Parts: sequence; structure tokens; C-alpha cells
Amino acid sequence: MVIEPRRKWICVEWHGMWQYRDLLLLLVHRDFVSKYKQTILGPAWFVIQPLLMTATFAVIFGKVAGIPTEGAPPILFYLCGLLGWSYFAQNFQSTSTTLISNAALFGKVYFPRLIVPIASVISNLLALGIQFLTFLVFFMFFKFMDTTGCEFGMRWQVVLLPLLVLQIALFSLGVGLWFSALTAKYRDFQHLSTFLIQIWMYITPVIYPLSKIPESWRWLAIANPMAMPIEFMKYSLLGTGSSNLGYLAVSVVGTLVTLVSGLLVFQNIERTFVDTV
Amino acid sequence: MNPIIEVNGISKRYRLGMLGAGSLRDEIGNWWSRRKANGVSSGVPDNAPRDFWALRDVSFSVQPGEVIGIVGANGAGKSTLLKVLTRITDPTEGRALIHGRVASLLEVGTGFHPELSGRENIFLNGAILGMRRHEIRSKLDEIIDFSEVEQFLDTPVKHYSSGMYVRLAFAVAAHLEPEILIIDEVLAVGDAAFQKKCLSRMGDVAKGGRTVLFVSHNTSAIVNLCTRCIMIEKGRLTGNGEPSDIINTYLSRDLTDQPVKEFVAGGGDAFFSRVALVRNDRTPAASFDFDEPVMLLMDFTLRRAIPGMDVSFSITDTTGERLFRSTSVMSEPPIIVENGGNYSLVARIPRSILLPGRYFVTVTLHRPNFEIYDRHERAITFEITNKGFEYYSYSPREIGRFYADVRWATNNEPEAGK
Repeated sequence: MVIEPRRKWICVEWHGMWQYRDLLLLLVHRDFVSKYKQTILGPAWFVIQPLLMTATFAVIFGKVAGIPTEGAPPILFYLCGLLGWSYFAQNFQSTSTTLISNAALFGKVYFPRLIVPIASVISNLLALGIQFLTFLVFFMFFKFMDTTGCEFGMRWQVVLLPLLVLQIALFSLGVGLWFSALTAKYRDFQHLSTFLIQIWMYITPVIYPLSKIPESWRWLAIANPMAMPIEFMKYSLLGTGSSNLGYLAVSVVGTLVTLVSGLLVFQNIERTFVDTV
Repeated sequence: MNPIIEVNGISKRYRLGMLGAGSLRDEIGNWWSRRKANGVSSGVPDNAPRDFWALRDVSFSVQPGEVIGIVGANGAGKSTLLKVLTRITDPTEGRALIHGRVASLLEVGTGFHPELSGRENIFLNGAILGMRRHEIRSKLDEIIDFSEVEQFLDTPVKHYSSGMYVRLAFAVAAHLEPEILIIDEVLAVGDAAFQKKCLSRMGDVAKGGRTVLFVSHNTSAIVNLCTRCIMIEKGRLTGNGEPSDIINTYLSRDLTDQPVKEFVAGGGDAFFSRVALVRNDRTPAASFDFDEPVMLLMDFTLRRAIPGMDVSFSITDTTGERLFRSTSVMSEPPIIVENGGNYSLVARIPRSILLPGRYFVTVTLHRPNFEIYDRHERAITFEITNKGFEYYSYSPREIGRFYADVRWATNNEPEAGK
């Protein structure tokens, strides 16, 4: 093994990550356990939070603001949107301060630092899984017991769901890595990230359908790599919205660019951030 | 045999006051003041970058199986060297080649999570330190045994006492089995019994053929465990050789071989003005034969009468241990130094007591257990040579801490009943 200055930051340490794969699993385990240790409700919190948000949206955006939901029951519409979005938001929150919040650990022992954000992204899948189950329960309820006569149903594109989740995971990892690097250098970005994610939710068609965005602004939605996965999830689970594969392809490209650039920036910063943190 | 570690010209520079100062505000501030100063062109602006070389051109190599001690003053660059060798941070210049798996122990309990149980933390900590899961599982019993926290293994570590915490953390680390082990001053943890256990474990690891790099201020541990020692001073490698020699140099680095030391009068009620080492004939000397006495001259002043005042000196060796202390009241007849005025005393350390080696003298003016008026630690140093010691086939270290003038004779006691 060679130690020298200015290592090529083009190469990602795949070998190191494979060597430390046990650590990856243990970190995922640690994240699970520490999230609900000493709480009474435990994993129930993974359900309660999206339900409360959905109820709030249903009242505010559905009744008060009167934003349409393209034929699907509002509860399902918002739950579905939140599925993808809260996974992204959770990932962003836990990975965007990787370097600075683990500075003490990284300053004392070496292991491929990329493992920490990847572990977060994997452990957040648990919450996603629980929320998805909740969604299915409500889906069954509305399908078989509701009498409002809404037209909705799953399409064949449902099989693409795991790929969409993967895309969101990769994109949130990319953004998280970017922010980790930025916050390690300039703390200002830490304050930026909290309201950035809020604003981002409003410009992404989470609580409203893509069709509601005026034509001239449509390009903004397409450029946002989160817009199409969310829209596609709604399409495949509820049959609402559009399924433009071209737009989806654009978002996939956006995701990959963000991920690769995030990886490079992160690798670059992690070499020396211990000196300046 | 090929070296297992080769360090070539490693340097590490920190730029103070440059980019990445922490917030955009600071950065813009730095940039602005640099711009202003450039316009005025009158010297260096306040926020100009300053270079600090924590390591400068350090080169050495390590053969497999060696145990290298690293000594140096605080801030000399020892920890930085370890950080570079364990890839925590990149060097600015130079290159190092490492041929083997490295595990580093720069802190005990790295990555311990308070909510997880002791058992879970063993796995987590072990994995962070580089052990595979099956490795940890196979050593689990040994680790639990070493840590002595078996009863509490399944409670969250946030409930552990600090001693238990440290024992558990060290137990995991003690069972690392890399080819190269790098340790930074972590053996100074826990109570005395545990420290002993840790040192003996360290000794086992060292004897087991592993290559170890060991940073410590515990000079006796270094002398006992290490096969070679290097010294780092202000970022540079200034010594590389036998542990006892290097430690000798390290401990006497700010002492000259001047047998006479003068002091500037302090502001207190009593102070030393001069301390000197002399031979029997009163000539100053820095080195004495084993079979000659060592005379210590002490000149001091009491500005006023101080009842209970005592003047004493103590002799310490290169491991930092005090061999003995002697005060003016101990002599026959005792010399009292309670009145105001100047004093000049001479203390005679008998011959053939101090074994060949290097020693340091600390002098103190105090009222025992009440107040210290003046004190100079390791004020003066001297050496005892082998002359007069030759007819013993033991080395000084083998004799012990000092030489005892024991009389041997055949036992001619008549048998009972005769």
C-alpha cells in the first residue's frame, strides 16, 4: 500500500469497501437500533409520521387549497407522493453532514468513509418499507371498501418500483455526498440544507400532480431528478399522472451525473478534511 | 529482509488562515484583507496564510517484527506521523510504503455507541478497527474475559462506569491481529491493575512477531517493550537507535552537560541562586565514577526567617522514577535553614550506590506539606560511569535500581549441642 500526497481522487476505494463490508452491515444495524431504542412506540413512529403529514396535506392542500389529485383518493395520493419523497429527505438529512458529524471518529481511525453515508441510505430503507406497507393497507381499504367511486389501480409499471427506489437512493446519496463535502468546508451549507429540502419538496410534484405545472415551467420539473421518479411511482401505484419514459431517462441521467460528481467531490475532500474541520 | 514499512521524506504542512476557514464570512474576510494589503503593498496582511510544518522530511524504515517506540515532546508531530501512516490524513510531500495490514489504536472506544449493548459494541468497534465478523466471533469469549464486564455485557454502554467502558474498549483492541499495529499513548487508561494487564498484553503482542509502532510518554514501557526507538522533535526525526540511548537523549534534551547551574532570583521569600555538582576536591564535574562520591552544592537565600523551612534534593533516573530524596534535616547532625540569610550547603551522595547510568537532580526549598518556595525539576544532570563497576558481570539494569553494599560471609556459627 502506498501513501502519498494528492492521491488520484478519480478512483473510488472499491477494494476497501469490500473489505469492510461487515462494518457496513453493523452500521446499518446500529442505525436501526439507535433510532427507536428507549421509545415506547418504537418502529410505530415510522408509520405515524407520514400518516400525520398525509392527514395535514389532505386538509390543507385538498380541502383548503383545493389542489386536485387526478382522480385518486387524496389520502392515497399524498401517501404515495410522500413514500418516495420522505425516503429522499431522510437520506439527505442523514448523509449531508457525514463528514462533520463523524469528524471525531474519522480523525481517530481509518476506514473507507463512503461506508457511512451508504449505511444510512440502506438503513432508511426500513422506514420506506414500513411506509410502503402502510400505503398498501390504505390501498386495500380504498379499493375494496371505499364507495367514493374513484378510478385508480396499479399498472404493470409497478415492477419498476425497485428501480425507482434505487434511483432515488442513488440520487439522494449523490446530493448527500455533495453536501457532506460542502459542509465540511463551509459550515454555512449546514443551515442552507434544512430549508433547501423544504423548498425542494414544493417544487417537486409530491403534493400535486405534474400536470398542474404550467407548460412554460414544465422544464423545471423535468430537470429536477426527483420529479419523474415520484410521478412514476404515482403512475404505477395509482394510475394517475404521466409515464413519459423520455422524461424519466432525463432524470436518470441527472441522477447519475449527481452521483458521480458527488463521489468525486467527496473523495477529494475526505482526504484532507481532518486537517481543516 | 525487505522492510515492512518504508517512510521517505514524509512532510505535512498545515496552512493557517487559508481557505476553508470554516465559514464563507471568514473566507471572504480573508480574501478582502489580502486584497486591501496587496493594494497598499506594505508587508504581510494580518490574515495572510502561515505555514506550519507538523512533519518535515521524516524518513525511516521498519523491519518485520520490530517494535518501534516513538518519543518526543508534546506537539512534536508524533500523532501527526501516525495519522499519516494510518491514512487518516494525506501527507503534503513524501511517500510511505506499507506492506501489510495495518490496525491503529489512536483512541480507546472509537465508534462506541451509547445505546448499543456491550456485546453489540464489541462487534461494532471491532469492525471499525478492521476485524472481520467471523474473527470477532471466534475471539468473543477471550475479549469478554479480558474486559471483566461479563455481567453487564447486554446492557447499553451508556450505563457503564468509565472504568468498565475503557476495559471493554481496550479488550477489543487488545485482540486485533494485524501485521502492523500502531498505538498512540492509549495504554495510560484504567486503574493500576488493568494498566499492568494492558502492558503485559502489549508485551505478548510484541513478542508474537508483530510489527508495532508505539507512541508513548511512558519511558519505562518503551525501554521494556521496544527493540528500537525514534525521536521526533519539532516535526523532524532527530534520533533513531537503541531505546535506552534515545530516551537518554530525549530526557536530557534541554539540559546541557553544565555541572553548574545559576538561577535568576525569584520573587518569593526563598530561592536558589546556584546548584552545582562537584567531586571530592570541589572541581565541577558532569560525570563520576561508580566508586566515587557525588557532591551537590546548593546556594540559596532566605529573605526572612521561615520556621519549618527545609531544603532537599531528589535523584531521578531515565525512566522518570525517583531513586531517593534527601533533606538537610536528615543528616547527622541535622542542618537547620530557618533563619533569613544566604546559605551554601554541600550534600555528599556516598560512592557505590548509584549504578552506572544517567541521573537528574531536582532541588526544592519548601515547608514540607505546606508550601513550596522554589523548585527546579531536573535542574542538573550527571552520569555515573562504569569505572569501579567492572568486576561485576551483571549489567546495571540486572542489579536493580541501586547498588546495595551487602556483606557476604560463610556462616561459622557452631552447631547446637556441640
